[in-house]
Amino acid sequence: MSSLAYDPRDRGGPQQPMLIARDLRKHFPVKASGGKSVQAVDGVSFSVGKGETLGVVGESGCGKSTLARLMLHLIKPDAGELVFDGDPVGVAPGIPIDALRRQVQIVFQDSYSSLNPRMPVRDSVAFGPFVQGKRKDEARQVARDMLGKVGLDPEIFGPRYPHELSGGQKQRVNIARALATGPRMVILDEPVSALDKSIEAQVLNLLRALKRQLNLTYVFISHDLNVVRYISDRVLVMYLGRIVEFGPIDAIFERPLHPYTRALLASRPSMDPARRIELPPISGDPPNPIEPPSGCRFRTRCPFAEMVCETADPMLGPLQGPQSHVAACHMQEAHSGHSLAASA
Amino acid sequence: MPLAEVRDLYVRFVTREATVYAVNGVGFTVRPGEVLCILGESGSGKSVTLRALMRLLPARRTQIRGSVTVEGQNVLGMPRRALRDLRGGLVAMIFQEPMTALDPVYTVGQQIGETIRRHTGCGREAARRRALELLEMVRIPSAARRLDAYPHELSGGLRQRVMIAMALSCSPRLLLADEPTTALDATVQVQVLILLRRLQRELGMGMIFVTHDLGVAAEIADTVAVMYAGRIVESGPVGQILNAPAHPYTAGLLASTVHGQSRDRDIDAIAGSPPDMRRLPQGCSFAPRCPLRMAECRFAVPEPRFPVRGHMAACHAVAHSSPATQAAVTPTVAGSRATISAR
Amino acid sequence: MTDYSSVIPAKAGIRGDEVPAAALDPRFRGNGGVIKTRSEPFLEEQAAPATKVRGYWESVFHRLRRDPVTLVFAVIVLLIVLAAICAPLIAPFDPYKESIVGRLKPLGWRGHPLGTDELGRDMLSRLIYGGRVSLLMGIVPVLIASLIGGMLGIAGGFIGGRTNTAVMRTMDVFYAFPSVLLAVAIAGAMGGGMANGMLALSLVFIPPMCRVAETATTQIRALDFIEAARASGARTTTIIRYHVLGNVLGPVFIYASSLVSVSILLASGLSFLGLGVRPPVPDWGLMLSTLRQSIYVVPFVCALPGLAIFITSICCNLVSDGLRAAMDVRM
Repeated sequence: MSSLAYDPRDRGGPQQPMLIARDLRKHFPVKASGGKSVQAVDGVSFSVGKGETLGVVGESGCGKSTLARLMLHLIKPDAGELVFDGDPVGVAPGIPIDALRRQVQIVFQDSYSSLNPRMPVRDSVAFGPFVQGKRKDEARQVARDMLGKVGLDPEIFGPRYPHELSGGQKQRVNIARALATGPRMVILDEPVSALDKSIEAQVLNLLRALKRQLNLTYVFISHDLNVVRYISDRVLVMYLGRIVEFGPIDAIFERPLHPYTRALLASRPSMDPARRIELPPISGDPPNPIEPPSGCRFRTRCPFAEMVCETADPMLGPLQGPQSHVAACHMQEAHSGHSLAASA
Repeated sequence: MPLAEVRDLYVRFVTREATVYAVNGVGFTVRPGEVLCILGESGSGKSVTLRALMRLLPARRTQIRGSVTVEGQNVLGMPRRALRDLRGGLVAMIFQEPMTALDPVYTVGQQIGETIRRHTGCGREAARRRALELLEMVRIPSAARRLDAYPHELSGGLRQRVMIAMALSCSPRLLLADEPTTALDATVQVQVLILLRRLQRELGMGMIFVTHDLGVAAEIADTVAVMYAGRIVESGPVGQILNAPAHPYTAGLLASTVHGQSRDRDIDAIAGSPPDMRRLPQGCSFAPRCPLRMAECRFAVPEPRFPVRGHMAACHAVAHSSPATQAAVTPTVAGSRATISAR
Repeated sequence: MTDYSSVIPAKAGIRGDEVPAAALDPRFRGNGGVIKTRSEPFLEEQAAPATKVRGYWESVFHRLRRDPVTLVFAVIVLLIVLAAICAPLIAPFDPYKESIVGRLKPLGWRGHPLGTDELGRDMLSRLIYGGRVSLLMGIVPVLIASLIGGMLGIAGGFIGGRTNTAVMRTMDVFYAFPSVLLAVAIAGAMGGGMANGMLALSLVFIPPMCRVAETATTQIRALDFIEAARASGARTTTIIRYHVLGNVLGPVFIYASSLVSVSILLASGLSFLGLGVRPPVPDWGLMLSTLRQSIYVVPFVCALPGLAIFITSICCNLVSDGLRAAMDVRM
């Protein structure tokens, strides 16, 4: 990673992770279901190092968007704790939520609903600095600078309304809006999924350039493994509210441990008509997160599922340093009772 | 005889505010048993072209010019009654979002049965048996039970399979697919693609598959037509298009699709944004973003060129391979399955 | 804050990358050997400055200008309003001046173009003055209801949860009565008079207004930009002021404009029943009521106040429809 310039807000030093999440849990009660709930995020622990890009991948309903909102306290977690740069979030001696939001920002997927349709985009960008105590003209100036930085001429695009911009231009404005308050960490929730491929590439290049220029830390949420591979340093694979695999990017893509990760990787189109995928890597859809399967949540679609997978929750191995690569699978756990378990 | 033929198709949407030039002179043919992929980004006119094949565009605000024939029948000049027989009979369509295409108040069995009875006039029992057969054909697990399920009770992948079953209920000769896998998860998308490929082969249908995803096209297409700003800019056999693109737009699209690029350098993105479809540039629509732009690109819409037999690119920078292939009049997809298997 | 000024503004990230020509068609070599593709993030500047930038309201007026039907009816409404405002200048007679001789005269009688009423007062003058009361009764209750109902709706919709339930269920109680009945009941209980009539009508319009504002707010609240505003640390009041109001104003305004004609009709109804303005104040509803015994004597004259009500309310309605069309644009 690029060497970090001195930032007075850097309290914990370069070794202190930017964000640590411990056992985050969020269940949404479902109305008229007799007390059932969607287990959107169910005991998720990870850390984001300073200056790194953490990729989060998973299919719909795996809880990746809920996780994004939990990291900013836009949704209150049911349980678990967040530690930002060494300070517990929202607890007495730690960092208050207001202060967290000065340092962490979010970019959403849907560029249509993420900008106020009745506001010129420069005002949308200036809003953040303004509510954080800048004078109106100062906030305007920040907005101009930020629009320039994301590649939009502030004179031409600043006074426009969102409907007068293309999808890619809107997403640039969204990025400018998120960066206008000078955050240290940005959560990117499917930032390029709604964009055309040619625009997607532009925005990815922009995100990488901005990260270098502004010493940012990214959490990059996406369902597109190719994009995640290109942009991330480490990846977290989620399935039905749980982490199934976590590790450095090359390790995950070259030596995937979890059968789900392998299936995800194998489901990517080949890009070569001479080598088409002949058999589906796995069958069926992700199950409903309201009543997830017992034990290992992937067992209903897993080709290696055995008795133990139904009865016991596989544990994600302990993380030892930033390079550790772990998977929550009985086959990876010595003496778990699975016939294919490594017998160490 | 080609299964479907489109010639010089122009589609405009006229509103009080502005005129949108959605399709500007598109032509192609589809043979029986061929899968044509129309590849393009949003606003390229790919879905509009597809809808024109079934005349599904709102009649009041749309101006259509050109000719669309399916099995020799003129679709654009067809009386309404004949059009009803065409839709769902000879030609069927599947959509991106099955939830909007399925009626939420009827069960899956009722909806498929209704379609069958409308087109064949068979009885309720026979229709139900056929519906069950269809659900089994699209590999829906425990099909008999799903027959009585409502659409909202099914997962996204199952819904898409139900819609495919419904489209196949009257054995269409031509299946139109409008991004049917875009809304699906990756692991489900590949299942649906494999299913569609298998059904298309087994039933010998022609298929026109609209997508924005090069990877999807690679998985399913025999021939590919790349659309940009309402025109086909390149067409040919899928291997040719993906491995040796001739048009700078296709090349740029391929370069900007992330698949295993080196992490150390930027992606080679296409500069700029797609044109405003209300005010298209005078010459080549891609010229403002094109790295190979020449003076003439600003003034003249490029004529189709054929660098290789069966491979068309509408670009001033592409040279013809031999005068013999210049005979073709319209940018027509002339690839066939033979060229692909030869590769 | 990070000091952004120290960050290199332009050149960073610009690089001309060479695409291996083998990946492309070999004949490209004739065109300079390689293809230069640029990947700088500063591409959008090349986008030509497209159309003139219009704000929302500006674009609404732009569309209205091109809608002749609405414009014609808007002009009629404007003329009625102007006539009401300038009543002392244009009315040919004093609307209160009675005449024993000239009672119930037909159209065009001795300088009275629209005849006279049962007390010999000039009909044209009374209709012009009557417009003042009718328009006031049409607009003021709608304004009051928009303000109160709108605030309640926005508050309920934005806070959501139990607060919203409490507000909306209270409104539902009022909804249970037909609006005419409710207006009559309230006006009747409080006694007649213009102020009480306005109050009654305001109370009638608050629940529907509240519902419109609540629906719009609930929709807006679910959008990402509200969440983004929260993420930048904005307080609820700030978010409502900068992000919610502007978006809710449109639907509220459209609905309010459609209520004006209803309000005029209801107000006339109240006056007709003797629950609104008291005689001898000229008011279209009241005039209709007092003239109805003379319907067989001068039928055309008696129909005039009704015609005035009809024209005003239908014009208001059509203008409101045009407004809806002009404002109902997906943005």
